[in-house]
Amino acid sequence: MSHIGRSLRRIEDRPLLRGAGAFAADCNARDQLHMRVVRSPVAFGRILGIETAEACALDGVVAIWTIADVAELPPIDFRQMGLEALAAYRQFVLARDYVRYVGEPVAVVFAVDPYVAEDAADLVYCDIDEQAAQLDATAPPVAFKPDIYPGLLSEPAVLRRAYGDIDAAFAAAEKIVAVEVKVGRHTGVPLETRGALGVYDADKDVVTLYGVAKVPHYNRDAITRMLGLGPGRLQLSEGHVGGGFGIRGELYPEDVLVCAAALRLHRPVKWIEDRKEHLLAANHSRDQVYRLRAAVDKRGFILGLKAEFFTDQGAYVRTHGTTVTDLSAAMLPGPYVIPAYCVEGHIRLTNKTPAGTYRAPGRYESTFARERLIDKIASDLGLSPVEVRRANFIAAEAMPFDRGIQTLGTGVVYDSGKYGDLLERVLDRLDYDQLQQELAARRDRGEHVGLGVACFVEKSGLGPQDLVRIRVDGRGTIEIVTGVASVGQGVETVLAQICAETIDVPIERISVVHGQTDRIEIGFGAFASRVTVMAGSAVKIASEALRDRALATAAKLLQTTPDTLRLSNGTVEAIDGGASLPLGDVALHLEESGGLTGEGRFVAGHMTYPYGIHAAQVKVDPSTCGITIERYLVGYDVGRAINPMLIEGQIVGAAAQGIGGALLEEFVYDENGQPLAASFADYLMPTCHEVPEIEVLLREDAPSPLNPLGVKGAGEAGINAVGAALAAAIDAALQKPGVVTQLPITPARLHAILRGRRP
Amino acid sequence: MKPSAFDYFRPASLSEALALLAKYKDDCKILAGGQSLVPAMNFRLARPAILIDINDLGELDYIFADDNGLHIGALTRHAAFHRRVVDGPLGALLSKVARHIAHYPIRQRGTFAGSLAHADPASEWCLVATALNAAIVAKSIRGDRRISVGDFFNGTFATDLAADELLAEIHLPAMGPGWRTGFFEFSRRAGDFALGMALAALRIEDGIVREARLGVGGVADRAIRLESLEDGLVGHAASPELIDSIAREAWALVTPVGDIHASPEYRRDLIATAVRRALTEAAA
Ligand SMILES: Cc1cc2nc3c(=O)[nH]c(=O)nc-3n(C[C@H](O)[C@H](O)[C@H](O)COP(=O)(O)OP(=O)(O)OC[C@H]3O[C@@H](n4cnc5c(N)ncnc54)[C@H](O)[C@@H]3O)c2cc1C
Repeated sequence: MSHIGRSLRRIEDRPLLRGAGAFAADCNARDQLHMRVVRSPVAFGRILGIETAEACALDGVVAIWTIADVAELPPIDFRQMGLEALAAYRQFVLARDYVRYVGEPVAVVFAVDPYVAEDAADLVYCDIDEQAAQLDATAPPVAFKPDIYPGLLSEPAVLRRAYGDIDAAFAAAEKIVAVEVKVGRHTGVPLETRGALGVYDADKDVVTLYGVAKVPHYNRDAITRMLGLGPGRLQLSEGHVGGGFGIRGELYPEDVLVCAAALRLHRPVKWIEDRKEHLLAANHSRDQVYRLRAAVDKRGFILGLKAEFFTDQGAYVRTHGTTVTDLSAAMLPGPYVIPAYCVEGHIRLTNKTPAGTYRAPGRYESTFARERLIDKIASDLGLSPVEVRRANFIAAEAMPFDRGIQTLGTGVVYDSGKYGDLLERVLDRLDYDQLQQELAARRDRGEHVGLGVACFVEKSGLGPQDLVRIRVDGRGTIEIVTGVASVGQGVETVLAQICAETIDVPIERISVVHGQTDRIEIGFGAFASRVTVMAGSAVKIASEALRDRALATAAKLLQTTPDTLRLSNGTVEAIDGGASLPLGDVALHLEESGGLTGEGRFVAGHMTYPYGIHAAQVKVDPSTCGITIERYLVGYDVGRAINPMLIEGQIVGAAAQGIGGALLEEFVYDENGQPLAASFADYLMPTCHEVPEIEVLLREDAPSPLNPLGVKGAGEAGINAVGAALAAAIDAALQKPGVVTQLPITPARLHAILRGRRP
Repeated sequence: MKPSAFDYFRPASLSEALALLAKYKDDCKILAGGQSLVPAMNFRLARPAILIDINDLGELDYIFADDNGLHIGALTRHAAFHRRVVDGPLGALLSKVARHIAHYPIRQRGTFAGSLAHADPASEWCLVATALNAAIVAKSIRGDRRISVGDFFNGTFATDLAADELLAEIHLPAMGPGWRTGFFEFSRRAGDFALGMALAALRIEDGIVREARLGVGGVADRAIRLESLEDGLVGHAASPELIDSIAREAWALVTPVGDIHASPEYRRDLIATAVRRALTEAAA
């Protein structure tokens, strides 16, 4: 029975559906203390003093810390893409000398219950000399922490990438087409807020941190370093995770504080983030401004592209280092040839919540910019947007296509892709020409309807490696242990499917352990759409090793050779019929000699590059500035679909988030840097009413040559081009090419467009 | 998001509740549906020392119509209006409006009276009460007080209720079969507070408007009844041209404020649209 390619139901859903999930807040320990974070009420200022006496006096308060109490802790370091020049911009676990954003932790209260902790936190008084906040990332840089770091400005780095002869391209241009566009500040908002429970076991001298997500092994090492612990003294344990989206599971001040407190106070310490904190304290994302200039020929072919963009990184550089800006610079060219390119990406600090990666980081934004540019090229040259895309696509024959630049420390080499082919399939599915005629007819009748198309290349399967161990016990049940993490995306099911397929066992016998640092020594976690590619490949390798071992052992027992045997439905059997041996019996036989196991390590020096196309049809009501999405289609080539249902789920969920960022979600600040969208009343997440049915056209036309399964990732396809496609559709509905230059497209911005004002 | 400490009373009778109100006055707050108060407490925007939960007061859970109109007791939930609570245009209007208030679960708890006492400028019930000229019955141990809606709202989250008073009943004037109504609102998502809304009721006889009610919400510190425009409708056919000019006048009359969801310019245009659509529906 084949398992790969089938839409099997998720094996991880059983506890969730029975209410037996174990999320961060479900973790409790006897005698636990509750931590509450006192957060800065102002965006920027020098700390003159923090008064805690009144709060300390409250019944039930055990301790209150400020930076003075954890002065020995270094700032939180970079997980990836760190640069020496960035080091001074890292965030300490509690504010030091200055506060730099509303919501910055300045003190922590430990108390016997969460109510008392919050009461006490209210009584902590922060005496801060407030200073003018920097809120515009395109404005000239200012001092980061005046008089602490003289001369250190709020521009930690400028990333530059270039290839080709850009001057020649511009000299040869038929026309220069320019756009300036902006993507608003929004982020991933998982249903489950962050949380942590730190438990110190004095007998074993080990601290265990529960409630972790995304990158447990990395965070184990990082916290170990920060607290100066010996090896093995800290373990991280992942439970159920209610969504990650890139922001959850990165190392934040609160995680470190919980561990430090559990160690120092010798009591378990629990922290559950509330929603308001979450919107102020967890990584924000996006918030970029792009200025693009393209040199084009008559057909709209881009001869050269000059780009300058600004990333509003917020108050500090967090664990991602330069990741978002780096990816933006590298992925901006997308699926197009663009023979000459030069880009300058400015990382700028402001007095807003620090930013990090959010699902399709640097791509949601750069796709918006690039596809707005393509649409502008089309309208400036009087060509159809589809035609211009066709003219610029990298041909299937040009694969693998070396972009000639690097991202995340790897060369950007598109491994496979049939971009033009996917476009024709999407247009076919839409019945494009017919649909455009219908929309034109509706516009003639006074309706404001339009269609937009946007194309993108994704990246997935970031290395460097992953390790998987599989063990079969005497009952024939199989345990897969991996260091990747599950943020709810279906890891267990997918890994089990790959194992079940490879060794032909019933999937019900397989369980998957992930995110437990005490079960496996390394792990690289869940981000960058990497799990199925990396851990999936490792599972395949480990399963093959296990199969070979099982057959060799069974062959000895059955007095035959392995090549006469095969695995079928959990049993070793002779290919020509006759003798058979359950896998569990083979395992029992091997008990003395290490058991029936298989180990697989998959190492990847390059990422895989899936690709897709979004098409949106919208209707605009110019009187209310309301936007209705009438139809939404995502065409996506995933290389190989292990479980099509899960991929569609990923795409639909991501598209919903993309719609949020395109139409609704925005962290707005007033001129003093006070956040104005700090609750769900003002930070508007899309609901089922705002999200239409998402159609998915899932293809397997260009498998990846880089891994044994041919898979590419699927986590970010659904969100990548939503802003771009909706903007194009709204342009078309209004019959005003290029008017949408900023996300989210709010009623007020649309109103300004319709009334001919600058939004 | 944990409220600060409070004491909690759950009186079994109205007189007990009024006695508690008289005793604790500004230190206490009435807990009705809790759909506005509890979030405010969780954010610590409201820190009442004492809550008086009126959910056991069955005597306030009523709704009935008589010749004078509709009487809505303080414990009547939004969801009670999903079905038509009275025959004729009023029941139909209330049923339509109720569906715009928040989401289904919130409508199961939130109360009509709580909405008025809370006095959010974008509350649908506040607009209904204002446009249809409701009367409000306030009770305290000092006695009953009937407040006309024009005197009830004092601005955003502010009413004429005294600290010891309980809003016991809302009285909406009857609407005979000659009335027709229209309601339009626009919000950023389904269930959000309106960025702008309008309610129109017209009594049309032989094609001529004999009586008119017109109100808008979400544009000022309280719902507004546009009486001068009502006068402009009376005695005329509600033609598209007239509706258009009324909408333009509404545009000129309001001076909306801006917030992160809507600029003043946008809100003003939106109000004109809402008035046009509500009147068009009523005139249809
Ligand atoms: C997500 C969400 C969306 C919402 N959307 C809308 C919307 O679109 N439109 C809308 O109109 N509302 C909306 N609401 C608010 C909701 O309708 C509330 O139910 C309503 O505003 C208050 O009614 P309540 O019974 O819940 O009052 P409570 O929350 O219990 O009380 C509110 C205030 O009124 C006082 N009060 C309550 N009853 C009385 C009384 N009988 N006498 C004196 N004082 C009293 C309380 O002391 C308190 O100060 C929304 C709420 C939520 C949570």
